[in-house]
Amino acid sequence: MTSHSESHDRLTAELCLLAGKIILQSGGETHRVEDTMIRIAAAGGFPDSQSYVTPTGIIFAMGGSNPVTRFVRITDRSTDLSKVTLVNDVSRRIGVGDLTASEAIARLKEIEAARVVYPDWLQVVSAAIASGCFLIMFKGGWHDFFPAMLAGGAGFALLLILHRLVPIRFFAEFLSATVIGGLSILFARTGFGHELDLMIIGSVMPLVPGLLITNAVRDLMAGHLVSGLSKGAEALLTASAIGAGIAVMLSAWN
Amino acid sequence: MITILEQLATSFVASAAFGLIFNVPKRSLIQCGIVGMLGWALYVVLTQQAINPTIATLLAAGCVAVLSQIMAKLYRMPIIVFNVSGIIPLVPGGLAYNAMRSAVENEFDAALQLGTQAFMISGAIAMGLVLSEVINQAIRRSRL
Repeated sequence: MTSHSESHDRLTAELCLLAGKIILQSGGETHRVEDTMIRIAAAGGFPDSQSYVTPTGIIFAMGGSNPVTRFVRITDRSTDLSKVTLVNDVSRRIGVGDLTASEAIARLKEIEAARVVYPDWLQVVSAAIASGCFLIMFKGGWHDFFPAMLAGGAGFALLLILHRLVPIRFFAEFLSATVIGGLSILFARTGFGHELDLMIIGSVMPLVPGLLITNAVRDLMAGHLVSGLSKGAEALLTASAIGAGIAVMLSAWN
Repeated sequence: MITILEQLATSFVASAAFGLIFNVPKRSLIQCGIVGMLGWALYVVLTQQAINPTIATLLAAGCVAVLSQIMAKLYRMPIIVFNVSGIIPLVPGGLAYNAMRSAVENEFDAALQLGTQAFMISGAIAMGLVLSEVINQAIRRSRL
């Protein structure tokens, strides 16, 4: 018998994949996913494991006397940076020997099943407030604060609903931007709002794919060319969908 | 003076609100706000000194990235928790919007000009992030 029993191998592989999967699905950088998996494997006695991560799948191979290769397909991704933080903590504790493999798996399953930290209504409220604040930051007047809040909040609420209802990407962003454009034009026409351009810019900001942009740059820098380019393309398409939504409303109004 | 306070307050709230949208841990919301506020403050001050917006964005993005690295070290959290919400205010939403609006109004010359500017500023954000990473790696390597 070798130093590693077969069940230990399987447990370590499962642990690595689960950790990687949660980070990738919650919006972590590719580099962090690969690094975390390799570190956990090293702590479990597999110093020469390999992982290849793209936004849509993970391939993970452990060396040693009984090589294991596993593959996970990632279909849905969301943004939940607190899960990334929690998995990061778990991986750090595994590294210092604080957690055994089975304890860590139990903890990770708990993290995976946990709900997001902030309820939907709070996210909509903060998107609304952010829209108003952006209007001021872009040198708008306080009299447009409330209209921008309304348009931004409504647009973001619609985005959340559509993301659940329609599985086609970019459509939710397009339709939400259309609603934001429509509401802003309505506000400007009825005299409730004053500066149409600033209202639209402010309330569209919560839709901006900030995480994708940042991650695309960080991935490219770390040499993850495939991930970086695909995240960049996703960000570009999202931005184009927002632009198209606004453009439709503007040209209808002209 | 009031406008400065106004800008500081709104950029703090907006960045923290963005942290919330990205579901960052509760104990990092304030830090997200601070990172975003300082980055935006640097941008506003630089543009008021008639410095080219592209350069101002580059420096502000670098500032956001360096602050995020410090926060990530201090609070032992992944760096993206902090830099994502700090970068958002620098995104050239206004330019992109104006470019698109010109295109809709069939003013393609203006659209191309504004679009190029927006593209340059996006590049500056990326460069700012890269720059701070380079500095960070250099410091880490030189210690080893």
